[in-house]
Amino acid sequence: MSPLDGVTPAAESAPLIELHQVSKIYGSGTAEVRALDGVDLRIQEGEFVAVMGPSGSGKSTAMNILGCLDTPTLGSYRFRGVPVESLDRNQRALLRRHYLGFVFQGFNLLNRTSALENVELPLIYRRTPSAERHALARQALAMVGLTGWEHHTPSELSGGQQQRVAIARAMVTQPSLLLADEPTGNLDTARSHEIMELLIGLNRERAITVLMVTHEADMAAYAHRVIHFLDGRVADVIQPGAEA
Amino acid sequence: MLWNALLLALREIRRNILRSVLTILGIVIGVAAVIVMVTLGDGATRQVTQQIESLGSNLLMIRVGQRMGPGQRSNAPAFSLSDALAIRRDVSSARAVAPSSSASLTAVVGNRSWSTTISGTDNAYFDVRNWELESGRMFSTGDLRGGRSVCVIGATVRRELFGAMDPIDQNIRLKSMACQVVGLLRAKGQSTMGMDQDDLVLMPLRTYQRRIAGNQDVNLIQVSVRDGVSTEETTKELERLLRERRNISASEDDDFSVRDLKEITKMLTGTTRVLTALLTAVAAVSLLVGGIGIMNIMLVSVTERTREIGIRLAIGALEREVLLQFLVEAVALSSLGGILGILLALGASLGLTRLLNVPFVFNGGIVLIAFFFSAAVGVIFGYFPARRAARLDPIEALRRE
Repeated sequence: MSPLDGVTPAAESAPLIELHQVSKIYGSGTAEVRALDGVDLRIQEGEFVAVMGPSGSGKSTAMNILGCLDTPTLGSYRFRGVPVESLDRNQRALLRRHYLGFVFQGFNLLNRTSALENVELPLIYRRTPSAERHALARQALAMVGLTGWEHHTPSELSGGQQQRVAIARAMVTQPSLLLADEPTGNLDTARSHEIMELLIGLNRERAITVLMVTHEADMAAYAHRVIHFLDGRVADVIQPGAEA
Repeated sequence: MLWNALLLALREIRRNILRSVLTILGIVIGVAAVIVMVTLGDGATRQVTQQIESLGSNLLMIRVGQRMGPGQRSNAPAFSLSDALAIRRDVSSARAVAPSSSASLTAVVGNRSWSTTISGTDNAYFDVRNWELESGRMFSTGDLRGGRSVCVIGATVRRELFGAMDPIDQNIRLKSMACQVVGLLRAKGQSTMGMDQDDLVLMPLRTYQRRIAGNQDVNLIQVSVRDGVSTEETTKELERLLRERRNISASEDDDFSVRDLKEITKMLTGTTRVLTALLTAVAAVSLLVGGIGIMNIMLVSVTERTREIGIRLAIGALEREVLLQFLVEAVALSSLGGILGILLALGASLGLTRLLNVPFVFNGGIVLIAFFFSAAVGVIFGYFPARRAARLDPIEALRRE
């Protein structure tokens, strides 16, 4: 059975993400606010893209739409060729379950729940049998360097460790796209670079496309591409690789 | 999924154990109250039935006069021994017929005296009233024909007059006569109306008529009906026979009454049932209140766990999966309340039935109903909070601190 009832992602040749003239409008008339205003964007499978921009520039709105948590008011968003704006709430949940992974600035782990169980959570919704679930979750934690910390709860872990658990949770399902919203925003520089190394590793070794919002230029420097948002529009696209 | 939801729910309940217990207190009390009410009601009904059955099975009591209001007196003539003999002869559905007359008298042994009921009757009395002998014998043919001064006494009379002493062959003084105790009845205990059934002295009818009453009257004829024969039919037959013997014309009412003990049983158990039903209904209201308590706490829980719900939704939980999770939690809470309520009820019922001297009747039906009702309370009152959780916007929910 297709995880997306009747909406199987189309050919591999299509870009992973394709935004065409996407706008998100709140309110109406004179009170109208355009959080996004006609954004065009293409991201190919395997890319590592950083998104930068001041507060209110629309980058969070864009991330919510790209993460299928929200829908555009106007325009179209195709995820592997599937028009996301035509999916209902449950279909979008299934798309997130099977193709997306999330890493947040505030970690967003379940409190009073062990690291292992936090990582198992997406597998539970995927109906993975429990033995396989435990094994996969342990592997994921080992990959982020948290072997031995499986049974600690978030309150017993440092910020950097919590973010590693969150990354393990996001990648345990082998998603196509990992959305990271300021993943290093709450961490010191050393921890930040460790997290970036993890994300780079996922991108290179597991071919997971990474889309990351950040305020810090040295974090953005890890990306293949940096997209700047300003006033709800894509202002600028820089290829750091080309500069270096 | 259901299994996972159940595990999650149990963990959530354990984490907030104090709050969980306080939440389900309403359900616990409601379930316990309903079960205790029904158990006590069943016990009371059983007791009434047992006591009436101990009077004798299928017993009809024929008395002179109709049931009258206070101040009214019947001037209808008493029965005679020949009426009882006629019933014995003509009414084939009568298994045993016991004529009797009785009076309240003081019985004296040595320096002890005891006011009791003296009845003159024959051996059929033991049959119709299900009496068994503890020791001694019933009346002999010679006792009955010759009107000898012998008597059989109940356990209470024995205790009051003889204490622990063996009463057999001792003499009791009644009025001016002395009579020899030949038998002791086995104790029956308290009767329905709080009367002591064991407080009686029996003697041959002829002895009673000659030595105590001074007339040939029979005041009461007790008839035990054969098994498988309806008491209604026998009642009609008795009425026909007695109307004929007492020359009552078709236009006149009976000047005697035939009372069916089954009727009395039905009436009494009916009253008990109505009372039980009323009290149970009152107790059921507390179940409703308990349900509202669960809804209240589930709403608080949803608010507290908004972020958790946001995380679950973001990583791909469906609306119905979140709904199920919270619904299962509410049902687990209320069912737990049901189970605790059942345990509490069993303990309280055991204690109360002992205290009130009522038999303990375990009613598995009401226990099951109470359990399912408590689970249903969880479904009904858990649905609204669960739906609220399921409909949360993941973006909003994740933003909440």
